Amino acid sequence: MTKRILMAGVGGQGTILTSKVLSEGLIQEGYDVKMCEIHGMAQRGGSVTTQIVFGEEVYSTCINTGEADVLIAFEKAEAARFLPNLKEGGKLIVNDLEIYSLPVLTGAVKYPEHLEDLITAAVPDVIILNANKIAADLGNSKAQNIVLLGVLVKALGLEEIDWEAIICRFVPEKLQDLNKKAFQAGLTA
Amino acid sequence: MKVLMTGNEALARGAYEAGCHIATGYPGTPSTEILENLAKYKEVLSQWAPNEKVAAEVAAGVSATGGRVIVTMKVVGLNVAMDPLMTMSYLGTRGGLVFVVADDPGCSSSQTEQDNRLIAKFAKIPLIEPSDSQECKDFMKDAFEISEKFDVPVMVRMTTRTCHSKSLVELGERTEVEVTPYVRTRKYCSSPAAARVNHAKLEKMLPELEEYSNTSRLNRIEWGDKKIGIITAGASYQHAKAAFGDSASYLKIGLSNKLPMKLIKEFASQVEKLYVIEENEPMMEDQIRLAGFECTGRDRLTPLYDLTPQILKESLLDEKKAPAYTVEAALPPRPPVLCAGCPHRSIFYAVSKHKKAVAANDIGCYTLGFVPPLDVTDTIVCMGAGITAGLGMERLFRRTGQDKKVFGFIGDSTFFHSGITGLLDAVWNGSNMAICILDNRTTAMTGHQENPGTGHTLMGEEAPMIDIRKLVLGLGVPEDHIREVNAYDMTEVQQAVDDAAKAEGVFVIINKQPCALLKSNMKARAGMRCFVDQEKCKKCKACMKIGCPAVISKDNRVSIDETQCNGCTLCLQQCPFNAIRKEGFEK
Repeated sequence: MTKRILMAGVGGQGTILTSKVLSEGLIQEGYDVKMCEIHGMAQRGGSVTTQIVFGEEVYSTCINTGEADVLIAFEKAEAARFLPNLKEGGKLIVNDLEIYSLPVLTGAVKYPEHLEDLITAAVPDVIILNANKIAADLGNSKAQNIVLLGVLVKALGLEEIDWEAIICRFVPEKLQDLNKKAFQAGLTA
Repeated sequence: MKVLMTGNEALARGAYEAGCHIATGYPGTPSTEILENLAKYKEVLSQWAPNEKVAAEVAAGVSATGGRVIVTMKVVGLNVAMDPLMTMSYLGTRGGLVFVVADDPGCSSSQTEQDNRLIAKFAKIPLIEPSDSQECKDFMKDAFEISEKFDVPVMVRMTTRTCHSKSLVELGERTEVEVTPYVRTRKYCSSPAAARVNHAKLEKMLPELEEYSNTSRLNRIEWGDKKIGIITAGASYQHAKAAFGDSASYLKIGLSNKLPMKLIKEFASQVEKLYVIEENEPMMEDQIRLAGFECTGRDRLTPLYDLTPQILKESLLDEKKAPAYTVEAALPPRPPVLCAGCPHRSIFYAVSKHKKAVAANDIGCYTLGFVPPLDVTDTIVCMGAGITAGLGMERLFRRTGQDKKVFGFIGDSTFFHSGITGLLDAVWNGSNMAICILDNRTTAMTGHQENPGTGHTLMGEEAPMIDIRKLVLGLGVPEDHIREVNAYDMTEVQQAVDDAAKAEGVFVIINKQPCALLKSNMKARAGMRCFVDQEKCKKCKACMKIGCPAVISKDNRVSIDETQCNGCTLCLQQCPFNAIRKEGFEK
């Protein structure tokens, strides 16, 4: 049974690192895994998506309309943008965070209000949480991506994999404790 | 052991295992990580070249003297390397020579979605298209062998999706390939007389290559349901498998020039309906039709973008899927922007104040000078044209009496790549153009590669640091028409731009500050930030005119996002009320 995870966020939020940690865990579990991280022009500030497809034998890394088993959005507008990719009955995980792009900052366009209400009304299976605040309370808001990974792992029912060991392979030593705590916070959120 | 690798990492591994001696290329998305990864293997000498033409010519020399060599580039990089490529197909190889070309269907980071498979066919060279990371690694070995067997360079054609997708790869060991001592030969001398002979030799090789292709392990049939037969290659194979699964049979092409026509005949004659699935140009389809096989392909599939299983289902199976969930909200776009603290920002802002300014821009981060509110850019053509397209505009303005001032923008790496000859033209033929070289000490857009100005090579060795000012001086720009400025000092930058606007003759501004995202620079500026003194702030928003994504106005309160800010102070320098202050110092 092939599963498709779509991660959507904004450049600089750590979506790619999160995808790498997830993929490594899935490989350990014996799955065939494919992951795609096409990144566009700007180093920071643009929409970033990664696709992780896993199962017995998987092919294309594309996740099309209505195909994602889980959509995990690191930012609210990105949740709304990629919502059409979520499959019927799929799970949506949203970081309750607003990141303003330059057209919003200059006043050319408005960031939509009450987006979280619209999203909750549209999707039955949804978790909204402020991962940045959870991470900030633990010491550094940048660990929000690992908080979200914890939420995702729980949603996928993959808690038995030794995620902390994998996380430690990807983050520098001095940040390992913080990230372990962030992961646990996500698991229990 | 199986390892999760991108296509680019796997190509590097494949070249390493195949005994590659030397690797060269120029950075360009989506190809950059091939050489970056190859540089980790000390057995291979990996180097960035100033541009793709230089890289291809270096590769020609390595091959002629018996070494295995790869040369990597992005889609439009091949345009730069076309001159050596076309002759190299005539001259042939001694050591295996592989061009790795990364096409970008969908233009995720390129100016064109040209299909370079047609160039391989045009140059009459073998063309290899891997579909996943395992094939990237495995086919590299075949590429070297085919190059040596058929005495011709080989093109390995990648696409963004294959480059940047990760899949599992079984690793092998490196096989050393011995280089036999050089013996002098005229084989690699291209003269008209030799070219006529070499062309004939090339034409004679092609049928032999086709015969090889018929039995090559790179081309294989996967039988499933015979109602539909799909001929496909590269990333399209993955999409076809995802869309059709076992309900079709597949002829998966890995060696697509020359196409295995016998194998195609065997396949086509056994399936009820034949599809050819390929991105962009109908390269395979045209040849299959010409051979007399009726098929469906370009008549139903778009020549645009990169394909997806969804496009295949909609176009070929008339299966359209409606989204299960949507929200009704106008979502803000996220166009790419110059980063907070980007040293390119100040000079675009300074030029934006000149109403007569017309700007030629180039390929790199500074392309983003066209994004409002900076909004400075009239042309973007290709690498180098930030100078040369500007020269053309300036010359016509002058001849037709139009009162304009042409500014050109080009980065340091791009100036080394193909800006030098443009500046030479400016000096030689004369111009009143102001040329701004935005020197951020790296090749930034592609993720920080070394270049001739950084003082290091790809493999981390120290190297001479080319002095751009001296180079400009050497090209004949008078000393009083060259200005080096601190990109974070708005007054200095504005003064230089104002002086350049008045100057007669070529004027060069070298705008200097390292890229805000360079690791060393981020470390040095870690404690630095600007913040708004809310009591002094009059909400005039002068600070927002520079278009920095860290300066935020919400609920009639202006603030600066400290996670993005690096304390460049450009906003502070705009504030008429001294309401922005800086804290921290550069370490």
